[in-house]
Formats: sequence, C-alpha cells, structure tokens
Amino acid sequence: MTRPGRVRRFGTAALLGVVAAMALGRDSEAQEALGALAARIAARKAMVRIPAGSYLPLYTAGGRTDLRVGVGAFALDARPVTRGEYAAFEALHPEWRRSRLAGSRAGAGYLAGWRGDLDFGGAADAARPVTEVPLAAAQAYCSAEGKRLPTTDEWEYVAAASPERRDASGDAAFKQRLLELYTRPRPAQPAPVGSIFRNAFGVWDLHGLVWEWTVQAAQNDHAARHAKAHGAGATKHDMGCAGSAAGASDTRSYAAFLRYAFREGLTPGSTTSSLGFRCAR
Amino acid sequence: MTKRSARRMTWVGAGVLAAGAFAGAVLSMGATRAHERVPVREPERVRGVEVARLTAAPAVPAPITRDYATKVVVNLEVVEKEMELAPGVRYNFWTFGGTVPGSFIRVRQGDQVEIHLTNDMHDQMPHNIDIHAVSGPGGGAKVSMTMPGQTSAFTWSAEHPGLYVYHCATAPVGVHMANGMYGLLLVEPKEGLPAVDHEFYVMQGEFYTKGKNGEPGLQAFDYQKALDERPEYVVFNGAVGSLTGEKALQSKVGESVRIFMGNGGPNLVSSFHVIGTVLDNVYPEGGSVEEHDVQTTLIPAGGAAIVEFRPQVPGDYVLVDHSIFRAFSKGALGMLHVTGTDNPLVYHGGATPAAGK
Repeated sequence: MTRPGRVRRFGTAALLGVVAAMALGRDSEAQEALGALAARIAARKAMVRIPAGSYLPLYTAGGRTDLRVGVGAFALDARPVTRGEYAAFEALHPEWRRSRLAGSRAGAGYLAGWRGDLDFGGAADAARPVTEVPLAAAQAYCSAEGKRLPTTDEWEYVAAASPERRDASGDAAFKQRLLELYTRPRPAQPAPVGSIFRNAFGVWDLHGLVWEWTVQAAQNDHAARHAKAHGAGATKHDMGCAGSAAGASDTRSYAAFLRYAFREGLTPGSTTSSLGFRCAR
Repeated sequence: MTKRSARRMTWVGAGVLAAGAFAGAVLSMGATRAHERVPVREPERVRGVEVARLTAAPAVPAPITRDYATKVVVNLEVVEKEMELAPGVRYNFWTFGGTVPGSFIRVRQGDQVEIHLTNDMHDQMPHNIDIHAVSGPGGGAKVSMTMPGQTSAFTWSAEHPGLYVYHCATAPVGVHMANGMYGLLLVEPKEGLPAVDHEFYVMQGEFYTKGKNGEPGLQAFDYQKALDERPEYVVFNGAVGSLTGEKALQSKVGESVRIFMGNGGPNLVSSFHVIGTVLDNVYPEGGSVEEHDVQTTLIPAGGAAIVEFRPQVPGDYVLVDHSIFRAFSKGALGMLHVTGTDNPLVYHGGATPAAGK
C-alpha cells in the first residue's frame, strides 16, 4: 500500500476513463478490449482483510454501552469506487449506462453530473469517488466484481478506527476530527480517493469524502434496534427529533448522529451527489 | 389533515363535555373553569391561498391586512453556506433561506400553513423543521425530514397567536442549531398587532468555534465548547457587526419601534436590553400577556419576545445581551441609530437650567 503504487493505480483508472470516452459509440471490438481491461483493473483493486471483532453501535437497547455487536471476518475495498472504475463497469455492462436508464424511475438523478455515458469529465476526475448511484447500481457493480455491499455493521465496525487505533470510539480528539470532516464546506468536487486518511485497519476515506451505501443485516437492523429503544411508536423519522438521543450508547458522538441521520433518510433510489460506495467480500 | 384534526377536536370536545357533566354534578362551575383554562381550539374554515413573503433579518414582512383565515404556502429552502461570522472569520453555516437567522415567516391566527421545505441539492446533511407554534409531534420535525435535493411538505393550523422560534431538529439537533438553523415565525392575533412605525427582526445565537474569538479563517464547530456552553461568539443576526455601523437599524425621534427578538441558543439565555431606553411594552416569551416599563427582558433559548419602545432623543441606542461580557467581547451588540431634534426636557447634558429663565 505504498504511495507510488496508489498513484500508478489512479493513472490506470484515468487512462481507462479516457479510453472509455473514446470507445463510446465506436466499434464493438474497442468496447470489448475496454471490458477486458476493466475486468483486470477490478480484479486488482486493493481490498483489506478485516479480522472478526465487535463494535458499539450508536443505538443499543436502553443505550447500554456493553452491548457490542459482533462482526465476522470479511474483506473491504481499501478505497471507495472511483468514476473511472465505474465507467469501466458501464462499458462492460451497457444496461447500467445513463442513456439506458433515462426516463425510468431508476434513472432519476443517475450520474446526473456526468457529461454522457462513460463520460464523467476530464482525466483528473477518474480518481474521484463515483456518486449519484442508486442502491441497485451499487449492488450491481459489486456483484460484477464478485463482491457485495458491506453491511452497516461491517462498515461501522471498520469506521470506528482512527489512523492509530482500531476502536477509537472513546477518543474525543477523533470525534472532533470526524465532526470537522463532516461539517466543513463541501467542495465543488469530492477529492480523489485515498486523500482523507487511512485508518488502523488500512482502509481509506471512510469519513469526510463521501457518504457510502451499506445494506442492513436483518438481525442487526438499526431501525429495529431504535424502534425497540423507543417503543412500538418509533418511525423511520426518529433521527428528526431531540428524542433521538434516547437509546444512544454515546450521546456525544455527534458525527455518528449525522451519519445515522443521513443513512436513515436514504431510500433505495437515492442518487445524492455526496453518496458513493465501496464493496466487500 | 384538517379533517383528521377536526375529528380529533370533536372527540376532545366530547370528552370535555362528558367530564364537564360529571364534574358539574359534583361541583358546580368547576367544569367551566377547567374548560376555560385549556381552551378547545377549533380550526377555522379557510378560504383562498397565498404564498408567504419571507424576509431576511432585520427586515420583517408587512403586517397582515386580511380579516379572514387563508391557506398560506411557505417555501423555505435549507442551504449549507460558508459566510462571515466576524471580520476575517468564516464559518460553514447551515441556514433556513440562506441567512442566519432564517427567513421570518408571518401568518395570521387561524391560517392553515403549508410548509414546503427544500434541502439544496448541494447540501451534505438531511434537515427538517420544528416550529414551536405547531401542535403535533415534533412540531413538524417528524414529517419534514428532507434529504439533499428533496422537498417535503406538511400542513398545520396556526391556532396560537404569538412569536415562535423554529429550528432544525435533525440529529444531532444541537449541532444543527449551533450552525445557525433557527428563525422566527409570527402568528398575528386575529385583530392584528397595533400599528408601529418600524418593525425589526433580531435573533441571538452563539457559536462554538474551534479557534478563539477573532482567530481568522474558516472555523470548525468545537463540540467540547458546545457541551461546556463556552461559546467564542454570541451574536445578533448571525454575525459580529450585523447591526452596527452602516448596518445599524434606523429610526427617527418619536417613532415607535417594535423588535421581534428571538433566541436560537443553542444554550444561552439572553438578558435582552436596549441601552438608553425603557421598553414601553413587552410580550414576554412571545405570548399574549403584555408588560410595561421593562428595563431588561429574559429570552429563553428557543424562545422569543416582542418589545416596543419610542426613542425620545436622537443618538445611538445599543441592543445588548446584558450578560455583558457577551456584548462587549463576544459580539452580542447591535445599534439603533435615531435621528431628529434634541429634546432637553427628556434628556440633556449638564445641570438643570434654573426655573423661570
């Protein structure tokens, strides 16, 4: 995971993006070659092995701090999926091109910032995280790589790590840093992946670059936990009141509240321009 | 919504009547008194529809001249926006309408208010709105959670006259409020408010920046300072100097001034005072009771007051939070610049002139 290696990989992604743009609308041979290249790049995309462990969710029954959630071993993309990588996926899977989805419900807001199919902007944009992607598209991408989206528990478990410690949930300075990353003015474009920080697991950019899609594991469903903590009347909009502090395991974990509130507001069709994803296996 | 709440009201009414009949048999007049203490409010029939004209502080929308209830559509847009907090000091504010405090909303008692809350597509956070004038869970917060790029709507009946705070209530509510997400909504009583020469909108709020007061550049929110309730800035209308110098409020000698004064907090209670005058009329906490001859009025966090006075002599009248270090060193200071002719009978420098001269 050396810096030069990362730069080389970005270079490949950028090149791929340019080739993708050129190949669009050209002969099928060029597209096939592109597809092969995309597959090779996807296969080489760095993943980090995450050992089994546990984390303390924001919501536990009664806000107890001794109710940690176990997470099995898995592998997680070291970085969010980039636009270059996503363009390669589209090249290989034309059914996920914007033009194919135009007019459909799934197509609303899909890759809205792109100039056209496979055309996400200049070469410099290839290493930026892809956003404006609904849940189904993110799942299709991961599935095409033989992967899946991480569960919320997996994601939160890894995201509890600071650069120094795998479980930094009690670290006040880390909490402050996350809050600063979340609340700083949003740049016109997200920074390239691999530019925020690498945590103690070796995973980049879980905070402060883009929000990320996760899926709920049925037995660890946050909404169910929250409903339990609040009684039967709890709704999807629980993050919308000061009462959301009730049942929280750490009422001072403000970045976590911001993150959970955002996640709570997502629907499968969300194509928010600050929402990206990474894959797990 | 209206139908449902009307039905609910009917049930409440039936309950009160039943309770009244029972109590009446036991203790004459008891039921009537209980009924009066907590009135049953029937939503009024509305006719027509209009779009509320919103204003940015210190401006206030014109008084309502309608003598009937209508449906009022309020289009409010949430924008996360970097602006100046003090000279050379920047802050990434979260706003209702692009300003701190948020847009002033003015409706009439009995109006059916339809709030359309839009969250700018470039925003990073979901937001919602809790309006203190709303009767219903969350004050609207439960039904107004809005993701970036989305719009939500909800409708409520403005039953209670008064001046109310609204604010974002999305978790963590303190952070949303500390970033500037609050404003005022006035429900004018049916008979309206007495006419005055000037109406102004002022709202206090404090900011918990990582850098110390005056440290230049973009400042982040410091959560430990917020927990400790130790703000670096306590300001009127979202910034140090928002009501001083060329931005001072203006009036003339003898003119009546009404200030809709709110306090967004998120933590501090304001001891609102206007240096150089006595407040003729105060509606403490924005309610219906009127007080007179008040020097300093307390404005709770998440509360408001309506104050009225009439400057008698020209000069600068200074608006402060009389927790005075906040005014002197943290920014809670504004000016009302009054022009006109002196009135030595009211106020003048020097000893009193000898009688008969």
